[in-house]
Amino acid sequence: MAAFAATAGGLLRLRAAGSEGQWRRLRGAGLLRGLLQPESATGVAAQRRRVAHFTFQPDPEPREYGQTQKMNLFQAITSALDNSLAKDPTAVIFGEDVAFGGVFRCTVGLRDKYGKDRVFNTPLCEQGIVGFGIGIAVTGATAIAEIQFADYIFPAFDQIVNEAAKYRYRSGDLFNCGSLTIRAPWGCVGHGALYHSQSPEAFFAHCPGIKVVVPRSPFQAKGLLLSCIEDKNPCIFFEPKILYRAAVEQVPVEPYNVPLSQAEVIQEGSDVTLVAWGTQVHVIREVAAMAQEKLGVSCEVIDLRTILPWDVDTVCKSVIKTGRLLISHEAPLTGGFASEISSTVQRSRAIQRAVTGRHPVCRVPSTLPDA
Amino acid sequence: MKKMLAAAVSRVLSRVAQKPASRVLVASCNYSNDAMFEIKKCDLYRLEEGPPVTTVLTREDGLKYYRMMQTIRRMELKADQLYKQKFIRGFCHLCDGQEACCVGLEAGINPTDHVITSYRAHGLCYTRGLSVRSILAELTGRRGGCAKGKGGSMHMYVKNFYGGNGIVGAQAPLGAGIALACKYKGNNEVCLTLYGDGAANQGQIAEAFNMAALWKLPCVFICENNLYGMGTAAERAAASTDYYKRGHFIPGLRVDGMDVLCVREATKFAADYCRSEKGPIVMELQTYRYHGHSMSDPGISYRTRQEIQNVRSKSDPIMLLKDRMVNSKLATIEEFKEIDVEVRKEIDDAAHFAITDPEPPLEELGHHIYCDNEPFEVRGSSQWIKFKSLS
Repeated sequence: MAAFAATAGGLLRLRAAGSEGQWRRLRGAGLLRGLLQPESATGVAAQRRRVAHFTFQPDPEPREYGQTQKMNLFQAITSALDNSLAKDPTAVIFGEDVAFGGVFRCTVGLRDKYGKDRVFNTPLCEQGIVGFGIGIAVTGATAIAEIQFADYIFPAFDQIVNEAAKYRYRSGDLFNCGSLTIRAPWGCVGHGALYHSQSPEAFFAHCPGIKVVVPRSPFQAKGLLLSCIEDKNPCIFFEPKILYRAAVEQVPVEPYNVPLSQAEVIQEGSDVTLVAWGTQVHVIREVAAMAQEKLGVSCEVIDLRTILPWDVDTVCKSVIKTGRLLISHEAPLTGGFASEISSTVQRSRAIQRAVTGRHPVCRVPSTLPDA
Repeated sequence: MKKMLAAAVSRVLSRVAQKPASRVLVASCNYSNDAMFEIKKCDLYRLEEGPPVTTVLTREDGLKYYRMMQTIRRMELKADQLYKQKFIRGFCHLCDGQEACCVGLEAGINPTDHVITSYRAHGLCYTRGLSVRSILAELTGRRGGCAKGKGGSMHMYVKNFYGGNGIVGAQAPLGAGIALACKYKGNNEVCLTLYGDGAANQGQIAEAFNMAALWKLPCVFICENNLYGMGTAAERAAASTDYYKRGHFIPGLRVDGMDVLCVREATKFAADYCRSEKGPIVMELQTYRYHGHSMSDPGISYRTRQEIQNVRSKSDPIMLLKDRMVNSKLATIEEFKEIDVEVRKEIDDAAHFAITDPEPPLEELGHHIYCDNEPFEVRGSSQWIKFKSLS
């Protein structure tokens, strides 16, 4: 009830605020409603299986980092890990089943190349894996831990929040576990249901001391992962599992960095700001194209990239320009990261000078069956 | 009068003539009603005595176990087929090869005892009382399924069976809690808490052991050691693969999990141990799964086909029981063949039902999030899609 009321409240606020021409034009929302509603909601047709739909949109080939190679997301991750292990002799990779290449093939070939004392399996114990990783990192070695699915990260939640995040602070900067990076497959994949589909970034966003990063593509993933590994703070790197094979791009072979805590404006626009991260960026891009084509609405698309600490300036600047904000994420609505973004934007003094509406768009806040 | 008698006699005779050949054969031969078998001695830890090394199997029980194991086997193979035909989606973890564990456990406890296990649960669902229909319909996500199509492979429940749990090892503290309830209510019931060799390395297992031992809970912790945690061999994941000793201060026994009689006797022993308020006990069932970890795992990249074949030909639980019964003249091959035919038909009917039953209505998607709440609306994937949530 609360979730729906917030949305309704948002809608009302929009209507009250505008007698601007722009809002009236957006009232062709009847058309938008028709576009977004499935047939079954209008009571028509028997139930049909609906599969998650989006099209991965590759970015143009990067020219500034040297030779590139066609890679999908898991190959880009492997390349990043390969670069890290080559550059840093203290780097180790560990997790469940990483030795043979990992259940998503992110660590294929690394054990053969770097040896079994640098790429090794752990038993089935997430709390142990992260705690162990913190220990390695505290001595100064680089620890790259893999949690097999983000849904299983919760036994390690205590270690991440109470140990990793607070180590530097509680020791007065004497010790830290900054060289820890935790990787986990993240997000909906269509058939994952309760325990292979979760997006827990919001739980970790509530914890100062760690960084949370979600890439949208192979090029972004390699650069962001390398940045996370080199960053002197413990980082959690969520990899959208549906993109592991579906996303194919030209990715530089040599190491390169994509900066953390910087959102990227993928497409400039003037009527509404659309913010997303991970897989949803591609959905939002499609929405932007559809809105332009069918409604004549010009959308500015922003990929947040780093959830914590997030790039407040870029988003606020964009909202000042467009006057409207729409955030889309896979995680449940209540307490999802969209609410943090929308409330920060609303509170921002710069925004308060302008007339805004904010409108979070998130998935069903209930459990998923058929795990 | 004579005519009526003649008619009655001819009716009876014709009925006799319709009797299947095997039944007539049994009636004429002197097949025994029960036989004594020797079973493998269990390795013991912190126990003076273990389960008996001989047991009596009655013809009736034997045929029942055979039927149950064959049903589970056929049901799992049918699930494999349905998955490949994309009627079943998501994840599907099959337990063919481990039938003796399910059936033996059920034979050793009462229907009023409690069981909780991990995701490889279809066999236990059946032994605990769910029909094959409701299991297969749940796998295909239809309203005739035991969880109304909303649970799927890993979330099947029935009275005194608490699932079906997706997160590895999470069911162990739950099992300890159920055992606490049994002790508290004082009804002489026990809780069987199953987990795998992979889960044995989870911290929460150790926590559950400690609580159960500290408070002397009637909990039988059962480690189904099928030698591989997904693709990782047990020796590569565990510092000690003597899972029956991993309870440390909890006594344990290691059982041949491919022999249904061994499992039955060990379960009876363990359940009696708990019922006599001595506290928890750990049981390790040495078993094997023929399929990979799940349907997306071919199961041959971390073990050889030869190994799987070996186990199938030497230690298949159904074959072991059948050979025993035939050799000691408890039943004939023909009887078993007949049971096979009946089981096949039951499974085919259930599969047909599972495919043709309608899916749960979309309106029910939001139900049962909370209990005893006012009906509220749940937002769907866009703000114009709403589901009503009823408790």
